[in-house]
Amino acid sequence: MMARSLNNRIKTAFFSALLVLAVAYPVLGLKLTTVGIKLEVHGASPAMLWTIAAAAIGMFLWQLLRDRLDGPLSSLPSLPGLPASASSFLTLPSTQRWIILGLIVVGLAWPFFGSRGAVDIATLILIYVMLGLGLNIVVGLAGLLDLGYVGFYAVGAYSYALLSHYYGLGFWTCLPIAGALAALFGFLLGFPVLRLRGDYLAIVTLGFGEIIRILLRNMTELTGGPNGISNIDKPTLFGLSFERRAAEGMQTFHEYFGIAYNGINKVIFLYLVALLLVLLTLFVINRLLRMPIGRAWEALREDEIACRALGMNPTIIKLSAFTLGATFAGFAGSFFAARQGLVTPESFTFIESAIILAIVVLGGMGSQLGIILAAVVMILLPELMREFSEYRMLMFGALMVLMMIWRPQGLLPMQRPHLELKP
Amino acid sequence: MSRPILEVSGLTMRFGGLLAVNNVALTVQPKQVVSMIGPNGAGKTTVFNCLTGFYQPTGGVILLDDEPIHNLPGHKIARKGVVRTFQNVRLFKEMTAVENLLVAQHRHLNTNFLSGLLKTPDFRRSEKAAMEYAAHWLEQVNLTEVANRPAGTLAYGQQRRLEIARCMMTRPRVLMLDEPAAGLNPRETEDLKALIGMLRDKHDVTVLLIEHDMHLVMSISDHIYVINQGTPLADGTPEQIRNNPDVIKAYLGEA
Repeated sequence: MMARSLNNRIKTAFFSALLVLAVAYPVLGLKLTTVGIKLEVHGASPAMLWTIAAAAIGMFLWQLLRDRLDGPLSSLPSLPGLPASASSFLTLPSTQRWIILGLIVVGLAWPFFGSRGAVDIATLILIYVMLGLGLNIVVGLAGLLDLGYVGFYAVGAYSYALLSHYYGLGFWTCLPIAGALAALFGFLLGFPVLRLRGDYLAIVTLGFGEIIRILLRNMTELTGGPNGISNIDKPTLFGLSFERRAAEGMQTFHEYFGIAYNGINKVIFLYLVALLLVLLTLFVINRLLRMPIGRAWEALREDEIACRALGMNPTIIKLSAFTLGATFAGFAGSFFAARQGLVTPESFTFIESAIILAIVVLGGMGSQLGIILAAVVMILLPELMREFSEYRMLMFGALMVLMMIWRPQGLLPMQRPHLELKP
Repeated sequence: MSRPILEVSGLTMRFGGLLAVNNVALTVQPKQVVSMIGPNGAGKTTVFNCLTGFYQPTGGVILLDDEPIHNLPGHKIARKGVVRTFQNVRLFKEMTAVENLLVAQHRHLNTNFLSGLLKTPDFRRSEKAAMEYAAHWLEQVNLTEVANRPAGTLAYGQQRRLEIARCMMTRPRVLMLDEPAAGLNPRETEDLKALIGMLRDKHDVTVLLIEHDMHLVMSISDHIYVINQGTPLADGTPEQIRNNPDVIKAYLGEA
């Protein structure tokens, strides 16, 4: 018995080591160098080869001895750096409200002192916060796995881009239209699809996201195909443009207030618009949690059969989550188009859906503060790790794995605002 | 006799080659407690599932107040006032007891999106009324002290009572209880009996009961149906059933 399990372990360890070699050698051990116009394959430096060998041996030993190592390892604290009481304090709804209030004040004030690049990245983060919050309605609250969320994002972005391009409509007019169109798509997709559950739903939504992207790429006459639509107008402040020169019949911000033109004004304004949209999203979701529909979503996530037995229509309830989630993606999309000034189908690939879903899961399903934090981590980290160049995605992946080991419930798991019966 | 509230005839449910329910007929008068008994696997729960729309019966007619309901989906039947509990308790475990009761009132609340978003007076009023109704029923089933605890952490007997209270939130006309006394101690069973009697007498609810606890069934039922292997075996008052030789044979085997 003992001998056989040892035998098994040696086998596992051997194959694990082999796997390390098989993966690491082609990736790290071979180098492509351009010689003139040709590519040549060279072996890497001996140091690198030794490192690979050491990694393989390390893996072999680890697999061989992991049973014996597991004991002492599992006695280590499972949650480094954050004691349980602090963590539960952080996830209380009342605490979260104060933290969010503080964040709003800081969020409103800091861009006036920050650098242009920082404000720009912050705007990008806010877009993802909005997307994360929207998807959170579908995944975190209603428990429906949606892998095609980026489809609604694309609908929102292209709604604004097309309306602006063909009809010259402004951002603020198009924002509600984009939200409504995305909601319509959510409704239309949800209607037939929400009878499915779990994996099946995930696959259909995944397909939907891809269909939208491919449609956008192939309807060349309307959407410009792979080139997308460019020169989309930026948002205005009550008709005041932030460009250096206003279009005909419009006034610019700096002329109206009699200040010198400064490019950063536009960046800050975009940031503030994004912040406004995020706050709106937060407000709506906060209300939803305390509304009958919010309770119905949670009940449905827990037990669909019991819901049906109580006279609730599961399809309608799911559909409302799906439609609302899509609406926020539509808002985020139209803002994205306005900020970027350019939309192409390649901005809406599956990886975007995956990142948004990762934000929701990383933040702790259903938790709003968690999602804000996760969006900051997910967007900021790759930016900060730029100096590690090609290793940054590797580090990013490692970080995600560690997260799932240490905090599988997410950074700040949700604590729902419970309705209390007061005596 | 008054008009029956629920009338079932020729109910048949077939799963492939298995005939789970064969030609079952029930007549339930308003404000009665009607029990369905039979050995394990007799098809009682299948009858419940057919009545509440969880299964589409293969054949037969189900009339609620002379209106056919056998082709309706489950949630529509529930909205017509036929509500059930489950053999294995199905509460929303992560939600508190009072929230369980609020969810069940979904249909009767102001679910308008905008009024909820803006917290209009009408919305507040509706929420407040729901809370009061829930509190009232928590008191009825003696769960007020545990109102704010997650339902999953309640004792088993409390969960059973909470499930019944949750059904009452939907203002049902026919309440179907699937083995409500299973897993209860004798004391809790007595409480349950009092509760069912109270529902019938004070709240005008018709109760359809599946139960194995013969003491409970015999003492509370107005009418009893016996089902064996999917087929109706006998029906009558508790007294008639107690003395029916077929029923004794089905339960105890051939003498």
